[in-house]
Amino acid sequence: MVQFTLPKNSKIRTGKTWPKPAGGKNVRKFQIYRWNPDDGENPRVDTYFVDMDDCGPMVLDALIYIKNKIDPTLTFRRSCREGICGSCAMNIDGINTLACIYGMDEIKGDVKIYPLPHLSVVKDLIPDLTHFYAQHESIMPWLETKTPAPQKEWKQSIEDREKLDGLYECVMCACCSTSCPSYWWNSDRYLGPASLLHAYRWIIDSRDEATGERLDDLEDPFKLYRCHTIMNCTKTCPKGLNPAKAIAEIKKKMVDRVV
Amino acid sequence: MRYLTARKRAEGKGASGTGTEHHWYMQLSAVGLALIVPTFLYVIGNALGSSYEVVVETFSRPVPVLLTGLVVVFGLQHFRKGAKIMIEDYTRGVTRKALIIFLVVFTYGLTATALYALAKLAL
Repeated sequence: MVQFTLPKNSKIRTGKTWPKPAGGKNVRKFQIYRWNPDDGENPRVDTYFVDMDDCGPMVLDALIYIKNKIDPTLTFRRSCREGICGSCAMNIDGINTLACIYGMDEIKGDVKIYPLPHLSVVKDLIPDLTHFYAQHESIMPWLETKTPAPQKEWKQSIEDREKLDGLYECVMCACCSTSCPSYWWNSDRYLGPASLLHAYRWIIDSRDEATGERLDDLEDPFKLYRCHTIMNCTKTCPKGLNPAKAIAEIKKKMVDRVV
Repeated sequence: MRYLTARKRAEGKGASGTGTEHHWYMQLSAVGLALIVPTFLYVIGNALGSSYEVVVETFSRPVPVLLTGLVVVFGLQHFRKGAKIMIEDYTRGVTRKALIIFLVVFTYGLTATALYALAKLAL
């Protein structure tokens, strides 16, 4: 049965309020989710104050500021700092997005930061993406061919290559899947928007020769059809992609096979 | 805790090979119902509040009877399939199976009752 309330040991408590930076005139308040699996405590929300005159413009800059200057135990993933690696995906101001490309000027009031929703938390802002990656792997995100490989390369027309635009850019940050209520309730069986967007990326690749097998693998009430076109995925995607449209295109291809 | 690999967990029991027919039926019946329900409401709406004789007379004509029959059959089938999705979304295990069985019995029972009533009025 779907759980609409958090279990007792997951209820969030008020945490520590860290001191304001000395001499800071342009100070902003941050409320950040903290949870450490080693201390046996419930999750809490700590309050930090960041001197905006000493900090970059993005939310990730503020997190790095906090980690470097206030609390070195704050734990989060980050790498490229330019929206390419997808590591710093988190829930900021109620929106799943990438901290490195989300400007603090886009947020009114206090900045509230939580890990991506409805995933197990490893620590602080780090969600467990094991199942998410395994689902991505299950859709065979690689070129499947039966024809012997050509001596030089698999050729593709400019038009066919253009069909992959809006799909190949996905960085697997999991913002879309974790914003999807269907994925919240049925992620054990529903593949979620990210994996399905990638599935479509390979289904329409003109060089791929496993279209039928790929569609067969998705022919399931849960794997694909748990998408109810809620569109949270498209709304939240920090890369501006449209997973809902990709899923609709897969459904159209499925219907084309039977009608 | 079962010691399954992440890939095995993600694959589960594999694809069931169904789903598209359900999806296509819902699309078709949604379009069909969007057309016949307003007509049904218009026809039946005219008979609402009338005397028993007028209602019997309305349902003795073929168009209102066939229209009502279509709305009952396709409307309840659409409801059954839609409600099944809702049950699958929010429940698990035995509860899920029991609710789906109840839903099927309820919708077919209601359909049969409505068709019986229609036939009794029309014939």
